[in-house]
Amino acid sequence: MNIHIPTPLRVYSDKQDTVRVNATTVGEALDALTAKHPELKKHLYSDEGKLRSFVNVYLNDEDIRYLPEKESTKVSEKDALSIIPSIAGGS
Amino acid sequence: MLKLKEQTYDAIRRHGEETYPHECCGVLLGCSVDGVNAVEDAIRAGNTRTDSAHNRYHIAPQELIKIQRLGRERGLDIVGFYHSHPDHPARWSQTDFAEAHWLGCSYVITAVEKGVAQQTNSFHLSGSTEEDKALMDEPIAVEQQSDSLHHPAGMQVERCR
Repeated sequence: MNIHIPTPLRVYSDKQDTVRVNATTVGEALDALTAKHPELKKHLYSDEGKLRSFVNVYLNDEDIRYLPEKESTKVSEKDALSIIPSIAGGS
Repeated sequence: MLKLKEQTYDAIRRHGEETYPHECCGVLLGCSVDGVNAVEDAIRAGNTRTDSAHNRYHIAPQELIKIQRLGRERGLDIVGFYHSHPDHPARWSQTDFAEAHWLGCSYVITAVEKGVAQQTNSFHLSGSTEEDKALMDEPIAVEQQSDSLHHPAGMQVERCR
């Protein structure tokens, strides 16, 4: 399956905007990504091993935090994961 | 440095006037080369902070994913974001800094006073981690329409990839 990497993290994915991995669940896909590109890990996860609060991971158009099985959700070749840091602010 | 066409620059400022007294927000698609974020297009986004839209903005991740997909199809990257500060200076706030996570991208802010766009500034999110990030003043180069006529290649960006 494809994992889409946002602009700021491509420096840690050999400048690739999309990384292809073999996985059967969301968790496996993320593990495969960080195994391939270990430098990504500290930018995605806190020291406690949880996804950083501002890092959103979407399976197609669904936030994985709100999927019933979360990281254990099954994936197929046709699915895509998108990593997308949040955008907010104000005066 | 942030480079953008006059029509894009104007569109960003006009967006802030249209949403006044609420904050507008959007995404800048283009290419980042040698520290220059060259913008090809500004894509408007909705502000989901309807509870406090006069001084806060937030872009839904689903909308960001769609814009990132649009960029991919056009061979462009997300190189920055813009928003407005209604009746407030075009300087980044502590909220802007705390919520800025796209290292290497440009954050453009337009002050809108009584519905009229005033100063527009850009800030580059420098650093390599959340711990050492900093918003730095960044010059804006606006390509005039006449420049395009005299220099057809001009600052036009076609595709990054």
